[in-house]
Amino acid sequence: MRDFICDKVKEIKPSGIRKLFDIANEIPDVISLGVGEPDFDTPWHIRDEGIYSLTKGRTFYTSNAGLQELRDEITRYIKRKYDVEYDSKNEVIVTVGGSEAIDIALRAIINPGDEVIYAEPCFVSYEACIKLAGGKAVSVPLSAETEFRLTAEQLEAAITDKTKAIMISYPNNPTGAIMEKGDLEPIAEIARKYDLLVITDEIYSELTYKGEHVTIASLPGMKERTILINGFSKAYAMTGWRMGYALAPAEILKYMVKIHQFGIMSAPTTSQYAAIEALRNGADDIEEMRMSYNERRRFLMHSFREMGLPCFEPYGAFYVFPDISEFGMTSEEFSTALLKAEKVAVVPGSAFGMCGDKHVRISYAYSLDQLREAMSRIARFLKKLRAEKQ
Amino acid sequence: MTLDSQKRERILKYLEGDAHITADEIAVLLGLDKTDVEAEIKAMEEEKLICGYHALINWEKADNDKVSAMVELTVNLHRSEGFDKVAELIYHYPEVESLYLVSGGYDFLVILKKASMREIANFVSTKLATLDEVATTATHVLLSRYKEQGVDMVGHNKKDMRMVVTP
Repeated sequence: MRDFICDKVKEIKPSGIRKLFDIANEIPDVISLGVGEPDFDTPWHIRDEGIYSLTKGRTFYTSNAGLQELRDEITRYIKRKYDVEYDSKNEVIVTVGGSEAIDIALRAIINPGDEVIYAEPCFVSYEACIKLAGGKAVSVPLSAETEFRLTAEQLEAAITDKTKAIMISYPNNPTGAIMEKGDLEPIAEIARKYDLLVITDEIYSELTYKGEHVTIASLPGMKERTILINGFSKAYAMTGWRMGYALAPAEILKYMVKIHQFGIMSAPTTSQYAAIEALRNGADDIEEMRMSYNERRRFLMHSFREMGLPCFEPYGAFYVFPDISEFGMTSEEFSTALLKAEKVAVVPGSAFGMCGDKHVRISYAYSLDQLREAMSRIARFLKKLRAEKQ
Repeated sequence: MTLDSQKRERILKYLEGDAHITADEIAVLLGLDKTDVEAEIKAMEEEKLICGYHALINWEKADNDKVSAMVELTVNLHRSEGFDKVAELIYHYPEVESLYLVSGGYDFLVILKKASMREIANFVSTKLATLDEVATTATHVLLSRYKEQGVDMVGHNKKDMRMVVTP
């Protein structure tokens, strides 16, 4: 029989998380700090709206771009947060999670051979989505020295005459890094100078622990060259509802809608009704969860200091990204050894780009009890490694 | 110096959730000095904002022949006698676990300590109902305790339903 599979798909590396998942899944009583989603349940009033929409028989497709009522709420939210105005009829689309928004944004803009620059470490899908869309993925490796913020110099050095767009995501998964207004301004300047599009994945925007999150779309001359991606998964603990959205100038957005229309039709209707409720009445829930994450973040940073594990202070998302280079292991070796010795699962930094190989990603979307136990196990593990080295 | 009200509330939340939590750990979580947290807790104890550190016990598991009950009371107020005076007459009984003055169809809600049906009947009929101020009583026996102070008492320990590792 012939090999039916497309070469492009075959060439995509499988997600680096898979291997660890397979091992962790076999070990009973594992304490996992490897999860990339909130530990909170979706607030009850939001779930209730989803249920209510079902009892009312709202079980049909919505328009391709999503319920107008929801799109109105999204643009209002963006205006409220960042003072940027989008037309809710032509400049916003409701997607199946932020992930779909990333995919259709890239597919809408990439011609064969176009280069897209993306900052690593980053969410696992960027490189794959760029390649699947036929583009060339150009990574800019970041490091703890710049607190994993993208600098203008690094960006400019990666630009060629084929560069079409840059992709950034702050607050960042896996590093927890943020970029403040002063950090974004030089990036915006380069985008304008080289006439580049910016795709900014701001799914963790509500989880910022130092000042208010700033979107690059709010900087002068940027809205017209930015695709802003966000969603409900992290802010409202709604990962399973698969609710994301993208905002972009009408001229770009209409092509994203075209892809979505043929690939997806419309995002899940139940979830869209729940999302309306989230935007209308969910601000207090966000604040409550944000406070709790921030407290756990402090707890982890304190624990790392006590065990002498270097880690730059992250001010966003719900991850810390400590440096494990003193042990002379790859991040995968370290994670596997920790899992086997202490039954604690963390994700190797290399899963998010090779420049992350000196680090592991630790999520603090866990209860304080679990974090306490995990930290004492990790401390024991490090002590053993250090003793062995001597 | 007392901390701002939000910090205070966070300290209380942590203590409410786990009376064993140390001032040290609260200080780490809230990004405060340990001494400030200790002082704040002491102040709140003195203000009777913190009234005790108790274990939350599921008594239903400890003994089976005793029941919990709550009694709705309506009272007649006499001259120069307010609700507080009536409350005093009631809450000194060791049988009373909690006492609330409420708005609505009755005046006081009395929660009784667990006891046998006989004891509860005795207490209500000979102690509560006979008070001059008490006009009516309605006694409810607790059938099932699902949630107490925010804690699921049914013992369905919530399982983490997330996958072990996700991107």
